[in-house]
Amino acid sequence: MRKQLFLACLIWFCAPASAQEKPVAIKGATIYPIAGAPIANGILVVYKGKILSVGVAGSAIPADATVLDATGKVLMPGLVDSHSHLGGPEGGDASAALHPDARAMDAVNPTSDGFKKALAGGITSINVMPGSGHLMSGQTIYIKMREGHVIEDLLITNEKGLYGGLKMANGTNPMRAAAGVFPGTRAKSAAMVRELFTKAVEYKAKIDKAGKDVSKLPERDLRMEPLVEVLQGKRVVHFHTHKANDVLTAIRLGKEFGFKPVLHHVSEGWKVANEIAAAGLASSIITIDVPGGKLEAMGVSLTTGAALEKAGAAVGFHTDDGITDSRLFIRSAALMVREGMSREKALEALTMANAKMMDISTMVGSLEKGKDADFIILSGDPFSIYTKVEQTWVEGIKRWDISNPKDKAFLTGGYDVYSPIRGEFHHHEGDEH
Amino acid sequence: MKKIITAVIVTQFAFAATAQIAIKADLLYTVSGSPIREGVVLVKNGKIENVGASLSIPAGYRIIETKVCTPGLVDARSLVGISGSLNIPTDQDQLDKTSPIQPDLRAIDAYNPYEMLVKVIRDYGVTTIHTGHGVGALVSGQTMIAKTNTGTVEQVTIKPLSMLAMTIGSSVSGNFSSPGTKAKQIAMIRTELLKAQQYQKKQADKDSTKRGPKDLKMDVLSMLLSGDIKALITVNSSTDIMSAIRLAKEFNLRLVINGGAEAYRLIPEIKAAKAEIILHATMARNGGDMVNMTRESAAILTAAGIPVSIESGYEAYVPKTRVISFEAGQAMVHGLSFDDALKSITLHPARLLGIDGRAGSIDIGKDADLVLYNGDPFEYLTKVCGVMIDGVMVKEGCD
Repeated sequence: MRKQLFLACLIWFCAPASAQEKPVAIKGATIYPIAGAPIANGILVVYKGKILSVGVAGSAIPADATVLDATGKVLMPGLVDSHSHLGGPEGGDASAALHPDARAMDAVNPTSDGFKKALAGGITSINVMPGSGHLMSGQTIYIKMREGHVIEDLLITNEKGLYGGLKMANGTNPMRAAAGVFPGTRAKSAAMVRELFTKAVEYKAKIDKAGKDVSKLPERDLRMEPLVEVLQGKRVVHFHTHKANDVLTAIRLGKEFGFKPVLHHVSEGWKVANEIAAAGLASSIITIDVPGGKLEAMGVSLTTGAALEKAGAAVGFHTDDGITDSRLFIRSAALMVREGMSREKALEALTMANAKMMDISTMVGSLEKGKDADFIILSGDPFSIYTKVEQTWVEGIKRWDISNPKDKAFLTGGYDVYSPIRGEFHHHEGDEH
Repeated sequence: MKKIITAVIVTQFAFAATAQIAIKADLLYTVSGSPIREGVVLVKNGKIENVGASLSIPAGYRIIETKVCTPGLVDARSLVGISGSLNIPTDQDQLDKTSPIQPDLRAIDAYNPYEMLVKVIRDYGVTTIHTGHGVGALVSGQTMIAKTNTGTVEQVTIKPLSMLAMTIGSSVSGNFSSPGTKAKQIAMIRTELLKAQQYQKKQADKDSTKRGPKDLKMDVLSMLLSGDIKALITVNSSTDIMSAIRLAKEFNLRLVINGGAEAYRLIPEIKAAKAEIILHATMARNGGDMVNMTRESAAILTAAGIPVSIESGYEAYVPKTRVISFEAGQAMVHGLSFDDALKSITLHPARLLGIDGRAGSIDIGKDADLVLYNGDPFEYLTKVCGVMIDGVMVKEGCD
């Protein structure tokens, strides 16, 4: 019986739903491990949610492994999206411009239809963030595309022991024309941020001074605690910024208070690529087909990826779903390569570079022994429009398969496939036709 | 001396305007026929002079070589030049909110040939656009057809009045306090079209004293009723598509369904109504009225025998315009053939717009609008390396 099952599973679509009891070996594909050179006709072995081995043809396969034949396909790590709004991650409200205490974790719907888009696009790890309508909109969450019905099922606890970062923004989005609790100018924006961080520095000093004496600790303050984590280098600030001068302001604020923000969007990054590189900061950039539509992002260019690479700065891509669609994430790499980025760096920008921004690079982002068994099967060259994501695996479990009509429907869309009742759709007024 | 200098200058300009060019393409897609290997297109006086395999090139023709050549792309429904790239109130001319029915608003009074986005899509090979008033009003105004080169509106326009832009759907009630509901939307349109019928009758009276005053709005609606211009109705949900079909039947309108996110569910009805389709961009966001869209729409409609044109369409935010070759490419990988994908952005829109006598394919006598690529026109890594409009190179080089 076992032998028959073994033979039967040489057929492509016969992957066990719970792959954890036996190892699974995928052979015949061109493997892009990201951590090293591509392997033609490679073998990936996964077991109990982890990668057992990544090797050349002929390398050892456990005797009890289910073997899947991926001849002609391409195998890559599951993609990592460093900036998304899937699932409805509302942060702070209109009562203030700075909400360090608001958590996306308390808002996101883990069963949202939207996450099906991520799976169909080959995305396995996501930084889901509140929006940019605040100077500080709240805490983000790092999630895996696992099956789950409560948010805790999806959270990734990273190398620093946290499951998210802190979302900040400058430029026009956090500003309001009418005077109130929101800034009306760029200088006011920076001043408000500096005021809050100055308080956090004082608060942290009290904590440090108390040392092990619990009685000397300051009273708990939910707004201060995540900022202390930032100052300690534990919580990453994800900083939305577009214009060159606003990018430099973000860098300046980080320098003043001793934290290294990950810069997001960076539309005019190509203008200040050297400054970003000199500051040792990583950039998470978006691929928009044409410029226009947003005044402060008029300078957006598909050459930003190449410019940052040339300057030696770390760069990753993101979808900013629903600004661009998670199902089209892999397209970002191709367009950036068209405008001058190297293929190698572009593939890194879909995977490892983003994992580093989230402090999860020891867990995901490349196909290496011991890392999570997050991988995708592509029908061909990752930079071709003709290539499709065929399978998306998360921690050794196949979560999406194009040959399954129900799954494929989430790729194409269709009648009642996506529903406002089952999902949260980021929708700009006047968006529709 | 002055006369001689003038003569020389005039000759130079004349030479530039009527320069003969020969395009040598490894692969030439005429769209009207099979692809031609080692294809040659001879261009003279702004027109296609000859096209074929390995044609001999007469002396004096400037030769431009390319891997791939297609006809200039035709965007079946664009908003560039009217809905500006800055996206601030003063550069958004596609929707006036004074009233939900304004058929007298002309696109030529607003179109800016120098708008940044016109150049952006021109550089991607879009040489003809059907642009004008937008989505979000029962009748937002008129549309026009233009080539994407620079100049005055008069110089670039090839049809100052093409269709009447109309919308039935949730976006309308979002823009006006009335109509506030779907039923009100239809009641308002029907009332106005009835008025136009009565106006038409009066205007046709042989006794000129009985005709009554001229009305700019009613004049245009009369053109709609008589079939001189088509009704470009943006509708996406099944209910709204049926409303458009019902309206067209009642008033004998030449219906163009624009958007058509759920058209794939109503193929028999659309065919019976003889409605044409300008399909939404394949990568359009699936929100609101478009939630049930499928990327397979183009393939489904084509298989059912309905010619598909793919638009860039209206975008309220970023990207402020889409690129039809990108959109057609995505339709292609979701079931459309390469040939049909190319037709959806060349010959089909040209026919729908009534300009296939001069655009949409590479044929003798048509305008010399061409796109040169360094590879498969739909591939992500391919670049547009040359664009020609009316025999003049408006883009040269791949960057």
